[in-house]
Amino acid sequence: MTIIDEMAESPAPDGSQDTGRPLLEVRDLHVEFRTRDGVAKAVNGVNYSVAAGETLAVLGESGSGKSVTAQAIMGILDMPPGRIPKGEILFRGQDMLKMSGEERRKIRGRKIAMIFQDALSSLNPVLSVGYQLGEMFRVHQGLSKKDAKAKAIELMDRVKIPAAGDRVNDYPHQFSGGMRQRIMIAMALALEPDLIIADEPTTALDVTVQAQVMDLLAELQREYNMGLILITHDLGVVADVADKIAVMYAGRIVEHAPVHELYKRPAHPYTKGLLDSIPRLDQKGQELYAIKGLPPNLTRIPSGCAFNPRCPQAQDICRTDIPPLHPVTERDGGELVGRSSACHFWKETIHG
Amino acid sequence: MGRYVARRLLQMIPVFIGSTLLIFCMMYALPGDPVRAMMGDQAYDPAVVASIKKELGLDQPLLQQYVNYMTGLLQGDFGTQIASQRPIKDVILDAFPVTIRLTLFAFIFVSLVGIGLGIVAGLRPDTLRDRGLLTLTLFLVSMPSFVLGFLLQYQFAFKWQVTTPTVTDSTDFSQLMLPAIVLASLSLAYVARLTRTSIAENLRSDYMRTAVAKGLPRRRVIGVHLMRNSLIPVVTFLGIEVGNLMTGAIVTEGIFNVRGIGLEIYDALSRREGATVVGIASLMVLIYLAASLIVDLLYAVLDPRIRYA
Amino acid sequence: MPDKTVEKKVEALPGDTASTAGVVVTDAGPAPEKARSLWSDAWHDLRRNPLFLISAVLIVFLLVMSIWPGLFTSASPRDADLAKHYLGKPNWGHFFAPDWLGYDVQGRSIYARVVYGARASITVGVGVTIAVTIIGTFIGMIAGYFGGWTDTLLSRLTDIFLGIPFLLGALVVLNSFDNRTVWVVIMALAFLGWTQIARVARGAVITIKQADYVVAAKALGASTSRILVRHILPNALAPIIVVATIALGGYIAAEATLSFLGVGLGDTAVSWGGDVARGREQLRIAPHTLIIPSVMVSITVLSFLMFGDAVRNALDPKLR
Repeated sequence: MTIIDEMAESPAPDGSQDTGRPLLEVRDLHVEFRTRDGVAKAVNGVNYSVAAGETLAVLGESGSGKSVTAQAIMGILDMPPGRIPKGEILFRGQDMLKMSGEERRKIRGRKIAMIFQDALSSLNPVLSVGYQLGEMFRVHQGLSKKDAKAKAIELMDRVKIPAAGDRVNDYPHQFSGGMRQRIMIAMALALEPDLIIADEPTTALDVTVQAQVMDLLAELQREYNMGLILITHDLGVVADVADKIAVMYAGRIVEHAPVHELYKRPAHPYTKGLLDSIPRLDQKGQELYAIKGLPPNLTRIPSGCAFNPRCPQAQDICRTDIPPLHPVTERDGGELVGRSSACHFWKETIHG
Repeated sequence: MGRYVARRLLQMIPVFIGSTLLIFCMMYALPGDPVRAMMGDQAYDPAVVASIKKELGLDQPLLQQYVNYMTGLLQGDFGTQIASQRPIKDVILDAFPVTIRLTLFAFIFVSLVGIGLGIVAGLRPDTLRDRGLLTLTLFLVSMPSFVLGFLLQYQFAFKWQVTTPTVTDSTDFSQLMLPAIVLASLSLAYVARLTRTSIAENLRSDYMRTAVAKGLPRRRVIGVHLMRNSLIPVVTFLGIEVGNLMTGAIVTEGIFNVRGIGLEIYDALSRREGATVVGIASLMVLIYLAASLIVDLLYAVLDPRIRYA
Repeated sequence: MPDKTVEKKVEALPGDTASTAGVVVTDAGPAPEKARSLWSDAWHDLRRNPLFLISAVLIVFLLVMSIWPGLFTSASPRDADLAKHYLGKPNWGHFFAPDWLGYDVQGRSIYARVVYGARASITVGVGVTIAVTIIGTFIGMIAGYFGGWTDTLLSRLTDIFLGIPFLLGALVVLNSFDNRTVWVVIMALAFLGWTQIARVARGAVITIKQADYVVAAKALGASTSRILVRHILPNALAPIIVVATIALGGYIAAEATLSFLGVGLGDTAVSWGGDVARGREQLRIAPHTLIIPSVMVSITVLSFLMFGDAVRNALDPKLR
């Protein structure tokens, strides 16, 4: 209990105090997994940062390393078989990878919380939602069972679950998919963390419910001025809520850009391919573009640019040299803030 | 809940009738004649045999015999043993507490040691410790209880002489220790393996990841979130085991000469005393069915997904 | 208890069954460039599993022993010489000689009896397993596929058989026969033992029949028998094979236990369980007469259990 009290007295987490310094910064993160077929290199030098109140969307196919990065941030990677050979994860300037297990535990849930994709399997099936929500307060704030339940009802109200008082003792399987995801959000929100990581929060939901849940998330983020990392493979979801986008491929960030810039002028052939494969009303009747080929096998990532076997613009250099993340500029060299692309031919892609 | 119990009880009736009828048929319809078995090798007079059979109702059609027998059973009349002329009810009343003591002893052993070993192995799957325990349970499973029984009897009673080779007083728990361990060994191995698998599986579940992501201390993640889920199949399995332990007692009681239900049924079988065999067997079926009913109810209590389904 | 070896796996299985069946289903999903089937994947795993290799070698050894016992010993299991060999102690140095493992109470070579006893155990084990697999798969598939009242009826029938403790039932049935040959024992055990496979098969079929490829086959107008044989059976096979392999060990233990109780194979048959029962009287003075056949039973059961365990682990990716 004393530890918890000390934590409570430590400087209040307030995004406004440290403007300029990002809330979370991932630096050159590498993650690999031992598998039967060799070492799978899931994350190969990822860099990104999120500030308070900012939303970063991380976009990529499954296996691109977007979820693994998030799990590394949360400290919930299965180790072994997972391993972090290299990299730093700075939370308010402190490297979490160097912290003790107990220090990290106190950050989890309280400072950084996570929303998972499949709320049904992510919630404990044999404990009531009220218990699972209240647990946050009981463990981190030492509240009594009764107070925790009152707080749980409050939280359920907060995420707009109707008749929260009656449903607090219900079990996860008794809720609809959308309601369950709201409970996940409520759980993440419980201690008003500084940062929320949402891993495909709406993928498992119906389209209409998707919008509601996204709106709720965006609204709560604004209200609490939280940082938000939104992991998704769906370009449609991010357009409205994200501030900036990091596109990942084979464990690397291949393009980084403010959201509307990216949609207007992609600077990487992979991003371009993704955008072209979205069905659009004004192209009715035309054949829909599809990126050819399959995502790479992470135990045998192609040499050079990992995207080269699938890239329509690939040249010899793409098969030999790994492209660094180039800063992207206007045709005349004018600065484009926050834009970069890991393509040897970014100029041709964006301006071509 | 009440309606569910009632429905389950109703479902049990045909199963009980079916199982006991099946045993009854196996006992009486197959070759083998109790009267002849009773007379042994002596030359017998067919007329005498026929009259004894008539007296015992063995000349009636099989179904009629079954109905007669069951009506008697429902009124608490188990019939009389042919050889000893003792009421079967008395035989059962004498032997049953002995078997219950033995089974209970074994059951406690199974629960404590089995679950304990399973947890120890399951929390660190695929380590040396886990592999070692799995191998140990494999050895236990592959040793039929008569093998284990004799090995332990030889080692503890004959070589080291720390216990008696046979049980002379079934209320003495130090004497019952060895038979209980032998009786428990197989169940124990299964419970350990089941617990281990269940824990190792749940350890990788999404909700466990959530529990860690919530910043709960490990103690709580394991004690509340993991155990609650992992032990559901184990608890239900243990319920079923009660019935299995009871039949397992036939062999164990034979080895250690424990005068329980197992020995009685074995003796009755060798004398082909149908009434005793069917009586005891019916009781075992009943216990087995009751155990599975309790298990189902327990399941519903422990797992809300079933409760509200 | 051998009856439990047989029955218990059922209880532990619902989860396993579903997952194993699930594998088969997901196998049809998007595969990496190097697509491996469930079976070749399992084989890949098995080849490097020492437990599997050891058990496979032991099983081959036991099979050879049960087919050609003459390869292992020139002594006859029935030659008795009371005067010379009464309870003779083993001569551990005399490998494969008649007196290697000593003599029993009638002066018969225990080594020869152990070698010749393999046939009874293996025949009963394999015979019962084949019989219960056929009966159980058939009943389980019918119940699982057709559902409704067919399922209710067959499930109730399964319940009735399950209500009878295996060992008790076997005792009652076998006790009625005076001349208990291998076939009588096989039929008696199969008669009582099919429920386990039936349950597993039913569970697997219920999962599989909802799979898209079965629905598709139905939509394309495939006949019921074709769907059952071509689509459902091959995919339900994995869990059935796993249970059957593990059960095999249990049936061998059951046969030995029944012989030990005096209701297994007839007195003239050479069987490990019978030898254990006869050795019982000399446990104090000549423990080897009991321990050696006991150890043979255990090694045999262990081999099949290890084999089944390895196969299950290879087929069930959840345990990887």
